[in-house]
Amino acid sequence: MLTRVNSALRYVPPWVVYVLGALPVLWIIYQILAGRIGIDPVRAIEWGLGLWALRLLIATLCVTPLRWIGLNLIRFRRQLGLLAFAYVCLHFAAWLTIDMGLRWGQILPDLVKRWYILVGMSALILLVPLAVTSNNASIRTLGPKAWNRLHKLAYPATILAVFHFMMVGKVYTGEVLTYAGILLALLTLRAARLALRSTARL
Amino acid sequence: MTYKPTLRWSDVTPQAMFLNRRQIMAGGAALLASPALGKSPYSTDDAPNTLEEISGYNNYYEFGLGKEDPAANAGMLQTKPWTVKVDGMVDKPGSYDLGDLISGMPIEERIYRFRCVEAWSMIIPWQGFQLSALLDKLGVQAGAKYVGFETLLRPEEMPGQKMGTLDWPYVEGLRLDEAMHPLTLIATGLYGQPLPNQNGAPIRLVVPWKYGFKNIKAIVRITLTDTQPPCTWNQIAPQEYGFYANVNPQVDHPRWSQASERRIGAGILAGRQDTLLFNGYGEQVASLYAGMDLAANY
Repeated sequence: MLTRVNSALRYVPPWVVYVLGALPVLWIIYQILAGRIGIDPVRAIEWGLGLWALRLLIATLCVTPLRWIGLNLIRFRRQLGLLAFAYVCLHFAAWLTIDMGLRWGQILPDLVKRWYILVGMSALILLVPLAVTSNNASIRTLGPKAWNRLHKLAYPATILAVFHFMMVGKVYTGEVLTYAGILLALLTLRAARLALRSTARL
Repeated sequence: MTYKPTLRWSDVTPQAMFLNRRQIMAGGAALLASPALGKSPYSTDDAPNTLEEISGYNNYYEFGLGKEDPAANAGMLQTKPWTVKVDGMVDKPGSYDLGDLISGMPIEERIYRFRCVEAWSMIIPWQGFQLSALLDKLGVQAGAKYVGFETLLRPEEMPGQKMGTLDWPYVEGLRLDEAMHPLTLIATGLYGQPLPNQNGAPIRLVVPWKYGFKNIKAIVRITLTDTQPPCTWNQIAPQEYGFYANVNPQVDHPRWSQASERRIGAGILAGRQDTLLFNGYGEQVASLYAGMDLAANY
């Protein structure tokens, strides 16, 4: 079954991920234009972009565990990661412009004073080197080992993104806890695998 | 001796007639459209938000955590009959039918600014009466210093109460002088209609210089006391939500700034506006807090 899926996926060009990944932002734009974005458009836009950033970050982290069970999506991981970064940037831009209204007098102190903003900002900064090196030339220049080590930053970045999401609200909603749970499950899988490997080596 | 009123909820003037009378007063023009006549000096001149905005974007965790959840779920709440228990240091304690409790209260329109602790705001045309009128009717005893309020606890009609998000029932409180302030309102309606359930039907508190969470909804108990009553958010996170919860741009929420706010309905590109001390009601209420450190008593 999975072998069939894998061989079928071989015919899917990676740019298809970009096309699919553009759908959420197109949907948001459609809702704005159709006047269906809701009573608080600013919050809906900012929230929606952030949520998709988080979903894509988590999707990127799912690629490796899925490989363990035989589903090979590695050809699409770069696109997933770059899309995640694009949504992070859009989310940040929405915060700066439509939410904060470019009030630099409030934005700059907030950037260093507010924990949830600091945490979100750190996630963005960690993703910058990953986005910049998401190309074949960088893999060659850095060498696959160093490149792989660098791209482990996806883990702390996603952890920070989930913390950012948890810190924004007044209470932990089911939605927030769901994402936290998924991340925890992914990290546990990784840790379990590492532990298994090190015992196997003994 | 308990207070035995003879009026029933059904004796309240029907809305159509009530509106008619006001139309006559306003010389045939609808009152809402004629700011010059019958407008309370306590009302703001800002344009109110639409009914759709006011009744479609709510924080009312009894009906869910999302802003749209209360509008979707509050329909199941049964507000008739409605009993309010009045107890504590009061001359006329008892369990009152709502109609009896509020009979004789002078209902008026108050267009108030509303500022949520989450840094968004609205303008809301409430109908209601001053809490002071009700407290005068009930007879506050000497020595009472605070008023406590309690929301209905009815998980079968308030599904959010089945979750442990907050300690149910929701409780809030005011200092007696805050409660007696002419700005402090018990709202029974908005936009000339009975309160939508999601806005706190059938009666809710409105204290326009405080953050929205002080404005407790669906009140079933009013207690006069000499000790500071418990307040739900304050109990959950005392370092984030104080007893006073006065709107103050200088005193930030530990996690976010209170310096500015987003006006709901202003549009995507409207940006923010400065938040005003006491939500712009400083002239009327600042004296209540004379000599107090507002950063310590947030």
